[in-house]
Amino acid sequence: MFNIIFYEIRTTLRQAHSWLTPLLFFVMVITLFPLAIGPNESLLEKIAPGILWVAALLAILLSIGNLFRHDADEGYLDVMLLSPYPLTWLVLCKVMSHWLTHCLPLILISPILGFLLHLPAHEQYALFVSLLLGTPVLTLLGAIGAALVVGIRGHGLLLPILIMPLYIPVLIVGTATTQQSMAGCFAILGALLLFSLAFAPFLTGIALRIGVNQ
Amino acid sequence: MWNWLKHHFLSPKTFYANTTPLLPWMTLAFALCFGYGLIDGLFIAPADYQQGDGFRIIYVHVPSALTAMAIYLTMAIAALITLVWRVKIAAICMSCSARIGAWFTFLALVTGSIWGKPMWGTWWIWDARLTSVLILFFLYLGFIALESVIVDQHNRDRATAVIAIVGVINLPIIHYSVLWWNTLHQGPTISQFAKPAIAPAMLHPLIAMIAAFMLFYGLILLLRMRNQILLRERKSQWVQEVFV
Repeated sequence: MFNIIFYEIRTTLRQAHSWLTPLLFFVMVITLFPLAIGPNESLLEKIAPGILWVAALLAILLSIGNLFRHDADEGYLDVMLLSPYPLTWLVLCKVMSHWLTHCLPLILISPILGFLLHLPAHEQYALFVSLLLGTPVLTLLGAIGAALVVGIRGHGLLLPILIMPLYIPVLIVGTATTQQSMAGCFAILGALLLFSLAFAPFLTGIALRIGVNQ
Repeated sequence: MWNWLKHHFLSPKTFYANTTPLLPWMTLAFALCFGYGLIDGLFIAPADYQQGDGFRIIYVHVPSALTAMAIYLTMAIAALITLVWRVKIAAICMSCSARIGAWFTFLALVTGSIWGKPMWGTWWIWDARLTSVLILFFLYLGFIALESVIVDQHNRDRATAVIAIVGVINLPIIHYSVLWWNTLHQGPTISQFAKPAIAPAMLHPLIAMIAAFMLFYGLILLLRMRNQILLRERKSQWVQEVFV
């Protein structure tokens, strides 16, 4: 299992554009807000957690479409489906390596961006933890959608439309952690993470088998 | 036993034949429930002591919201049956329900908005229940969007079934949102276990309207499903005979 994760990470890191693009996107979207709204410190501080969460969500939406795309193009996906290893584990490996290469950089850079948006330190901490718990949920849910559309040529905006409704509850809980600093929200976020860890890879496996046929 | 059930009782042909005599009875039941509910609800039931006659929109709002959720539940169950047992009828039921469900959700949102303006003083508020019903609407639209893109019938049924099952997690969130969060939306009017928080004179037309909306869904669903069956099986012998 770790071999697959290391292999995936190594191949992703070799193509700098694939993991740097979401990061750059994340930074640039966040830069847009102070420019559009104006450099009002108290306003920025209030909306900073929301901006960071929405930007992270959009960055994940952009990158998740490629989760199975290259594998499908190069035939590696068929090998995955035919391999003796359980598909659920392979999917979980892929999702984990995708999260490590595409989401973790966003989370690591988020304190700096929060600092630029005048976010106070205790909210900074809550935001960091909520992103750490929430982005894996987004990645796991996104994988289901990515698997469903993998066989559709030129699906364009279909994937965001499919999975954004599923993202909204996570977004609500995730931003609530910073706005009210409630411990209960972290518990709900953790529960969502465990729940999606248990079911999403399995469903992604089913979706992949359907998606490849198209 | 199971195979017999699947291939004889649940085959499109038997389903088509079995539902033909059902249609007039369902239409009659719907007309009775709807007529009684509408007349009693709009003219006979007493006005609310706080909201006056404005509360009467409840007779459209609550049934449509309930039906919207019931339709999604039906879709999710049909989706599970499609994926696990590959029953054709279940897939047809799922794909035919989506558009009806989307319209009922839209109706619930619009009537809620019209009700909210005089009572809360605003058309829309980002409250837990309103937002979760809006998500339900988006789920329906996402389902329809995916359905319209995939060309192959078999793949389309299975792919949309997956997304229907994933979205079902939103249903308990909608249902309990008014209990879990303290929000502007009032609590549930009818509960299965507790004594209803509504006077019997107001309750009876409401129940009639809920029954009418569900019957309407059942009726439209059956009509759409029968159309879909004829369309999908248009090359088979028995469909040719239906039209001769």
